Amino acid sequence: MEAASVPQGETLAPSRGLRDRLGDKLFYWLTGIASLISVLLVLGIIWRILKGAWPAIQHFGLSFVSNNVWNAPLNEFGARDLIIGTIVTSFGAILLSGPISVAIALFLSEIAPPAIRGPAGTLIEMLAAVPSVVIGLWGIYVLAPFSAQYLQPAISSVLGWIPIFSNGQDKVESTVFAAILVLTIMTIPITSSICRELFLGVPEELEEGAIGLGATRWEMVKTVTVPSVRGGVIAAVILGLGRALGEAIAVTQVIGNFIPLHRSIFEPGDTLASRVANQYQGAITNLQISSLIYLALILLVISFFANFGAQLIVKRSDRKLAGS
Amino acid sequence: MTTPQLTLRATGRARRRLIVNRVAEVAAIAAALSAIVVLGIMVWSVASRGISALNLDFFTKGPALFGQPGGGIAPAIVGSIVLVAIATIVALPFGVMTAIFVSEFAPKQWADQVRLWLDTLNGFPSIVIGIFVYTLIVKEALPVLGIGGHQSAIAGGVALAIIMLPLVARSAMEVLALVPNGLREGSYALGVSKWQTVVRVVLPTSLGGILTGTTLAIARAAGETAPLLFTCAIASNAVDWNPSHSVQSIPLTIFTYSESADPNLHAQAWAAAFVLIVFVLVTSLTARFLLDRSRRKLGLHR
Repeated sequence: MEAASVPQGETLAPSRGLRDRLGDKLFYWLTGIASLISVLLVLGIIWRILKGAWPAIQHFGLSFVSNNVWNAPLNEFGARDLIIGTIVTSFGAILLSGPISVAIALFLSEIAPPAIRGPAGTLIEMLAAVPSVVIGLWGIYVLAPFSAQYLQPAISSVLGWIPIFSNGQDKVESTVFAAILVLTIMTIPITSSICRELFLGVPEELEEGAIGLGATRWEMVKTVTVPSVRGGVIAAVILGLGRALGEAIAVTQVIGNFIPLHRSIFEPGDTLASRVANQYQGAITNLQISSLIYLALILLVISFFANFGAQLIVKRSDRKLAGS
Repeated sequence: MTTPQLTLRATGRARRRLIVNRVAEVAAIAAALSAIVVLGIMVWSVASRGISALNLDFFTKGPALFGQPGGGIAPAIVGSIVLVAIATIVALPFGVMTAIFVSEFAPKQWADQVRLWLDTLNGFPSIVIGIFVYTLIVKEALPVLGIGGHQSAIAGGVALAIIMLPLVARSAMEVLALVPNGLREGSYALGVSKWQTVVRVVLPTSLGGILTGTTLAIARAAGETAPLLFTCAIASNAVDWNPSHSVQSIPLTIFTYSESADPNLHAQAWAAAFVLIVFVLVTSLTARFLLDRSRRKLGLHR
């Protein structure tokens, strides 16, 4: 019996082993190449954008960044006010959405009764699922008129002495301010859902310690909960910033697509992404197309630095926290 | 009767602290309420303006001739289905294979790298991805395969696939990491090879999670406009299932109608927005619910 089973085993084992080994190898390489492609995609995008922008880079050089003109018939293009518009709208948006998102996250993690937490959190996350083109449509016909009618006059009657809040043309609806509001709505769900996870991750003992020492809930939040995840909160805000920097559709729908920029945010303006989106049917000459890709390149560089800056801030505040 | 000297009512500094606390709590509640109210107003605006324009023609007919009432968005609905189908066919295998490599084969350092690059890709502005695909297969034909050279559903679908890829891959990684190691070890102990273990044990266990993650990505891709602007924007008004043609899509229809001067088209834009928002909210809510359930189920095995 033993003698019979040994050759049988010998004939089976190598063939099965071979198939398994080949299968394992093949599977390893197949999935490995897939993951490599996912990684190389990022480099591929940067390379193609750089290549597409190259004619415009050669033609305009770095003065493209400081020139402020967009004249297709004359083939003159520049990005200065588009860059400024991008920075103003996205920083304006995170200035509004940052504090609101942290407050929402505190509500969802510390204040709300357990029965409300789940549904309220889901509703706020649903805000992130609304497609940007729908937010833009709503922005044109509901938010922007409301803002022009009530918000903008109210703000400029109080802060009008500051140039950027000075009263614009009478009730103009497509404004930089409308774009800021739209971007605020779009960034709130991103920042608040990350902050909520962060606050929930703060060790209970720390928070209970603060309460045990007689702190009120607000004092606990101010001295324990928020400081212990400060780096993460900043990163969450910057993630919102990244979304705001790159949003093209909703912004182009409400901002009015106009350069040069006015001094006031209650006037039409434009951003990098919005200008690119707005030109999709109008770009004819190769130089114009290349200039549009140049805009996309600048956008990539800005969002890269925003993310890089966020990581630096996170690292530094983590170190500080570890040191104290 | 003497009045009690000791009360539990806070005074002075303590009272101020309690007031500050109360103010902070009310502010947090107000912030959360305002976000929910904005969502409510948005959905209500879209629903109240969109439903009145909905009828059978809206789903079965093409756009009316300029300035005439009626007409529908059938070409856009079909186009969106074609685009999302192409995007899913491309993104799903790539995303899942990437996730399998990261969770089953890759050393930790490489896994961290893949995660980092996927997050970077996810952070790229979607309009930049549209421009990338435009330079790759719209402006000129792809060198070897010879496809492209013009706008098409394939180009638009590939752009949407790049949007979906990091979402699919990250959610698949998360689910694969939840598969209990005992299942894998049990399979190895029976002499099953690694790839057979992945295909027969790991994937079936995590299939529900992977599919719901994909559904969330589909909901996101169905609403994306920016990647389509330069890749699949200029299309005929007829229903077209051919992926090598440029097709209409629901988001782009909303975008162009919203900027049009014709009030009839505004009504159609709201109706299309209603269709899109219902699709997106229902699919993402369902997927989220299923994802929570499958996570809990996998969690219990541990």
